[in-house]
Amino acid sequence: MRNAFAREITALAEKNEKIVLLSGDIGNKLFDDYKKKVRGRFFNCGVAEANMMSVAAGMAMCGLRPVTYTIASFSTTRCLEQIRIDIAYHNLPVIIVGVGGGLSYAENGASHQSCEDIAFLSALPNMKIICPGDAMEATLALRKALEQDSPVYLRLGKKGEPAVHQAPPDFAIGKAIIVSKGSEVCLLGVGNMLPTAAAAAKALKEHGITAEVVSLHTAKPLDEELLRAAFSRFSIVATIEEHSIMGGVGSAVAQWLAQAPDQKARLLEFATPDRFFHTAGRQQYARDCFGLTADNICGGILRALKPGKN
Amino acid sequence: MNDSGRPRTSRMTNNTGELESIARRIRRAAVRMSHDADVPHLGSSLSCVDILTALYWATARIDPAKPDAPGRDRIILSKGHAVSSLYAALSYRGFFPETTLASFGRPGACLAEHPYPGCVPGIEAATGSLGHGLSLGLGMALAGKTLGLDYRTFVVLSDGECNEGSVWEAAMMAPAQKLDNLTAIIDYNRWQATGRSEEVLALAPLAEKWKAFGWRTQEVDGHDMAALLRALRAPSGGDEKPSVIVAKTVKGKGVSFMEDNNNWHYRVPNEEELKNALKELE
Repeated sequence: MRNAFAREITALAEKNEKIVLLSGDIGNKLFDDYKKKVRGRFFNCGVAEANMMSVAAGMAMCGLRPVTYTIASFSTTRCLEQIRIDIAYHNLPVIIVGVGGGLSYAENGASHQSCEDIAFLSALPNMKIICPGDAMEATLALRKALEQDSPVYLRLGKKGEPAVHQAPPDFAIGKAIIVSKGSEVCLLGVGNMLPTAAAAAKALKEHGITAEVVSLHTAKPLDEELLRAAFSRFSIVATIEEHSIMGGVGSAVAQWLAQAPDQKARLLEFATPDRFFHTAGRQQYARDCFGLTADNICGGILRALKPGKN
Repeated sequence: MNDSGRPRTSRMTNNTGELESIARRIRRAAVRMSHDADVPHLGSSLSCVDILTALYWATARIDPAKPDAPGRDRIILSKGHAVSSLYAALSYRGFFPETTLASFGRPGACLAEHPYPGCVPGIEAATGSLGHGLSLGLGMALAGKTLGLDYRTFVVLSDGECNEGSVWEAAMMAPAQKLDNLTAIIDYNRWQATGRSEEVLALAPLAEKWKAFGWRTQEVDGHDMAALLRALRAPSGGDEKPSVIVAKTVKGKGVSFMEDNNNWHYRVPNEEELKNALKELE
């Protein structure tokens, strides 16, 4: 996703002179092409994320379109107050890009993992949160984010994620994308868990269960129309995200559901637990530990469909 | 807010006598606003009045009739708790009617105890949490360079505010970006909320710290109008450094029983104190 982002921001900034890219001392080689083609509009803000967010706000106040870029945890929790006061309170069109959302940097420990960022940022008024499901969605999400007049948090994976879409889908902020149709179960894949949601649907098919796969790329605002349709059509709706069970998309859907009358479906949440990941290991190992695998999701859904039989 | 015999305060002037008269008028307003609205931070408001006067009446390229002009100079009061003085300055300079000042702190009024975004014309940023203004100003200065606009950006900080790490993040970035269009003014009244600012954290030597960070550094008496005007002149010499003015001030300046008395960080004047303060500020 990050390579797709770098390509797209370069292409967009070549056309739009208001775009400025601020980096928290990462992405050196990644943005070589940008720096070559978009002279004078790349600012390495150093290892100083709090300052970077306020600088972005100041630039936006003067009519520029700042895009900040660093690792998701440093883009959010490190500088939450600057995002809250300088960007969200002023309702400025700053795009905050967090690379390596969730467990992408599992091997670097909780300092580099970002399983609470959606919780923190979704509490901020004016903030929109987009979690693209693959590289193609990342490209489209950036384009749409730059059309907003308000802050957007763009939560990217890292690199090499499987492509889910073979052709560019219709992409609108707050409008989920139906990736494949199903009739019994609805899997709401969030961000870099979308490929896993698709894999879980395949696993369910082997058990004779047809699952609809949806890219719920916008964590805020939720696509309530999609949720209303899903909870009335299916018997199970599952959220699948690389984020804590506390305050993530599953929580937001549960909050919506609690106030939505007469819904048919049961909600299942697949997320990281309310504890830190205290061990070495890369992303896939961390996902295995937390049950964020296609097999485990499939098993959980089968148990919910046929209690006592699996 | 009747204030008979006041000078014409809506136009620019380099006359120090006039500027001092304007500053007294702002101080009178700040004392009244604190009393009437039962709002603290009066000592902090009074210490930065001369700095604000020098900026708004004698330095900044601003037109109150065009508060959003892209080429205007930007002034940020990063020590947002002193906003009563800023509201009075903006009002007297012509950004909004003077009658509005009487609504300070009232429920539903646009003049809150810390400014919110877009509350009144002339407020460039909502401040209140310390340590944000310099970075915001840095962003504005960087935008000016990027857009090819020649405006200057001024940020007024408190000395206690320099406790915040983000101030020093900005202090390192501004010289790296050669932002000679950025000027920080530190209202060095030597007090913060609960103690001497040189004792709470190791603030001194403050000017030397900024110099070491690569800033063009000046130290002035923050109540000497002529010295402030000189220090605020656009830098020449082409060294491309951002500027910092360490303005030595007195908390509670202008009211004898408030001067350098940190009780007035939180205290609000009663009727008798209001009367005595206004008398001293005539």
